[in-house]
Amino acid sequence: MINSGDTAWVLISTALVMLMTIPGLAFFYGGLVRRKNVLSTIMQSFFVLCLISIQWILWGYSLSFGPDIGHFIGNLSWAGLRNVGLAPNPDYAATIPHQLFMVYQMMFAVITPGLITGAFAERIKFSTYIVFTLLWATLIYDPVCHWVWGTGGWLKNLGVMDFAGGIVVHITSGVSALVCALVIGKRRGYGREPMSPHNLTLTVLGAGLLWFGWFGFNAGSALSANGVAVSAFIATNTAAAAAALTWMFIEWKLVSKPTMLGGATGAVAGLATITPASGFVSPFAAIIIGIMAAVICYIAVAVIKLKFTYDDSLDAFGVHGVGGTIGAFATGLFAQKLINPAGANGLFFGNPSQLMVQSIGIAATVIYSVSVTFVILKVLDLVMGLRVSDEEEVIGLDITQHEESAYTLLD
Amino acid sequence: MINSGDTAWILMSTALVMLMTAPGLAFFYGGLVRRKNVLATMMQSFFVLCLISIQWILWGYSLSFGPDKGHFIGSLAWIGLKGVTMAPNPDYSSTIPHLLFMVYQMMFAVITPGLITGAFAERMKFSAYAIFTIFWATLVYDPVCHWVWGAGGWLRNLGALDFAGGTVVHVSSGMSALVCALYLGKRRGYGREPMPPHNLPLTILGASLLWFGWFGFNAGSALGSNELAVWAFIATNTAAAAAGLTWMFIEWKATGKPTILGGATGAVAGLVAVTPAAGFVSPLSAILIGIAVAFVCYTAVAVVKLKLAYDDSLDAFGVHGIGGTLGALLTGLLAQKLINPAGNNGLFFGNPKQFGIQAIGVVATIAYSVTVTFILLKIIDAIVGMRVPDEEEVIGLDITQHEESAYTLLD
Amino acid sequence: MKLITAIIQPHKLEDVLQELDKNEIHLRTVSDVIGCGRQKGRTEVYRGRKETGGCLKKVRLEIAVNEDFVQPTIKAIMAAAKTGNIGDGKIFITDLVECIRIRTGEKGQEAIG
Repeated sequence: MINSGDTAWVLISTALVMLMTIPGLAFFYGGLVRRKNVLSTIMQSFFVLCLISIQWILWGYSLSFGPDIGHFIGNLSWAGLRNVGLAPNPDYAATIPHQLFMVYQMMFAVITPGLITGAFAERIKFSTYIVFTLLWATLIYDPVCHWVWGTGGWLKNLGVMDFAGGIVVHITSGVSALVCALVIGKRRGYGREPMSPHNLTLTVLGAGLLWFGWFGFNAGSALSANGVAVSAFIATNTAAAAAALTWMFIEWKLVSKPTMLGGATGAVAGLATITPASGFVSPFAAIIIGIMAAVICYIAVAVIKLKFTYDDSLDAFGVHGVGGTIGAFATGLFAQKLINPAGANGLFFGNPSQLMVQSIGIAATVIYSVSVTFVILKVLDLVMGLRVSDEEEVIGLDITQHEESAYTLLD
Repeated sequence: MINSGDTAWILMSTALVMLMTAPGLAFFYGGLVRRKNVLATMMQSFFVLCLISIQWILWGYSLSFGPDKGHFIGSLAWIGLKGVTMAPNPDYSSTIPHLLFMVYQMMFAVITPGLITGAFAERMKFSAYAIFTIFWATLVYDPVCHWVWGAGGWLRNLGALDFAGGTVVHVSSGMSALVCALYLGKRRGYGREPMPPHNLPLTILGASLLWFGWFGFNAGSALGSNELAVWAFIATNTAAAAAGLTWMFIEWKATGKPTILGGATGAVAGLVAVTPAAGFVSPLSAILIGIAVAFVCYTAVAVVKLKLAYDDSLDAFGVHGIGGTLGALLTGLLAQKLINPAGNNGLFFGNPKQFGIQAIGVVATIAYSVTVTFILLKIIDAIVGMRVPDEEEVIGLDITQHEESAYTLLD
Repeated sequence: MKLITAIIQPHKLEDVLQELDKNEIHLRTVSDVIGCGRQKGRTEVYRGRKETGGCLKKVRLEIAVNEDFVQPTIKAIMAAAKTGNIGDGKIFITDLVECIRIRTGEKGQEAIG
């Protein structure tokens, strides 16, 4: 039975998650790069929205959610949305049209490769980026999505809890981002020249829109306008606030001043971290998860990255990879059946085995994403080259990859 | 009984009101300041979102809506959301989870102190701001909210009408803003040096997002997806449009040219004024409210402020204080039971008493907010100091308070 | 004819312009520039990464004058721009080979005033 309230909520949630990719992520990342690369950075988010919107309809949805093959991937019987109609599919959501579930999930498939772009900003060749994104979505996102959320997926059968995509979205993209940063190498002059963000107001806009859209991402994942959606909504807002406050406080006490960029980064780290847990945890657990997210992601971004001098340019790994991992663990600690009877209790509520299950899910996803990403990058490097030439990098990607400039110099 | 349509609409409205603070208000104010202070200004909106999100869960909601104490404030019985569950609370809304009502109200508590920041922009110390905000929210917002909306609150018992927060949000913040502007004094060079807005497109973006989010603020205050929400939605849009047009027309006649900043300011003034009236008045009354507020606020901002030479830098008092007061009084004239049977008729519909009640509500709120704000400022000034030193003010708050710059000069 | 170029603190600009007007020196070009000297740049922090040596905002004044206005101009700038702290700026004086007013084609001392 289709419920009009549930359908209304998932419709608007779908639009909210779409907003997260552009302009949310596009502006969040766009403000952080140098002036000569802002359009190419925005383009990466914009392009992934267009590309995966088509890929998902043609074969992505079928691979992710279609009838199971060996607990590993969906088959192609739903390719081109064959057999995906308006009647609800009770395996996934019993009160909204199946096609609505499909398009809602599409927006998750869209933003995930978009998150990776933070790792290779300001130096990847656009043509290579297109091929990489298509392969990555098909070979990594679709299978992992099937493992965790698809009917018959092996992690789903194992009982792994991932409410809105901590594993599926943030771990896959975050650890792949690290591989990208390492394989592609640093930006020219990294560490020697200043590479300050060229327009932080854009970044604040992006962070605000991400926060806003994340309500659709997490609360929408209840797939219904009910109590679970409300508790996911509250957990989302609470974790974002707690993480941003903690991040600024760390800066204030340890470095010197609380910064706007720090607040925005902390909020996004909190949002990424609460994603798998929202819908399973209480508001107080959300505060603790937010604090953990800020402390650990801060260390990853401001200490470890500088020490090992890899150039994860916009901290896709430091925020999403690390945050998603903490969140997936924390779900195994703080989950409560009281909040969501469809879930399970975590370690702190008398069920230590859940933490084990979560760890298996994390380890499998990390290993799989890292190896496949590495292979894709190596092949692409041989076939078409990953980086733009040195000269093009100095001139900037806006001019060399897209032949346009974001700002005029005069008038 | 929880209704999924109502729940869907309030979930969305909550997200919309969140969007009003950051990035809506952050950008509206951020574009109006000088380039050296834009991040500090945005930070004030962003920070209040984080801070009050936590304060509200811990004690703010209980003080505002918890079981009544002497008609003045809520008790601490609901502290930490104790007893606040998914079951609807019929005192406030019988068709959505009580926790959803809680988080919806949270976003109102968030934006209210954020509005004040327009009065002390470009000169307040960040540490003083953090302390001021938490105390102001607890000692001014929470009690006034209880008077007007809390079960047992004395203004609610008296029959004061405030649909979406004209008194609770705009009068309380706007009047406190005037106190702040007077207490802190003018910006260095105010009146001698030009202080033009550094980036008006940011302000337009902010104003548009405010208008967009205001549908959640006003139509969401129906707490259901019903006729009342539709009335409030129409009144909101109508008043904003009428006020924007009127403001530009006044400028055209008074100074020669209509300005986009004038249009944006007028629209926000219209939104403020219609807030208390939204669910009680007809669309034609909304036009009247819009026209009236444009004239009154224009006079406050462009004539009175210049004459008395106080530095209400971004017109928090002129728009929200004056607009909110006017709106609350006009509700006493234009309200109709025909629109909202749960409301009352105003003076023009045969019930002169309502106007008196509205006036009592406004006067009590002003007297209380002004007094408590003044005492707070005195105490905080004595302990940490309110203003940054002259030299830091000249260099700008972005560098001195947050050690970052919004824009790079080269590259 | 001399070209006087002064790099001063931005917040002293108003004072300097007033002082110049008092001495009847009205023609000048003002631009925003960045640079650093002994004052060093300010540090900025982005996600824990300190960026030092960033330059500071300054204002550059360019004034072309006849010989008898050289000393008054210098005095006016000195008087208004000096705070006594590091970072007050510098004044450079260079010989001017020629000056031409585009509208009339006048040259030299005629053109400069």
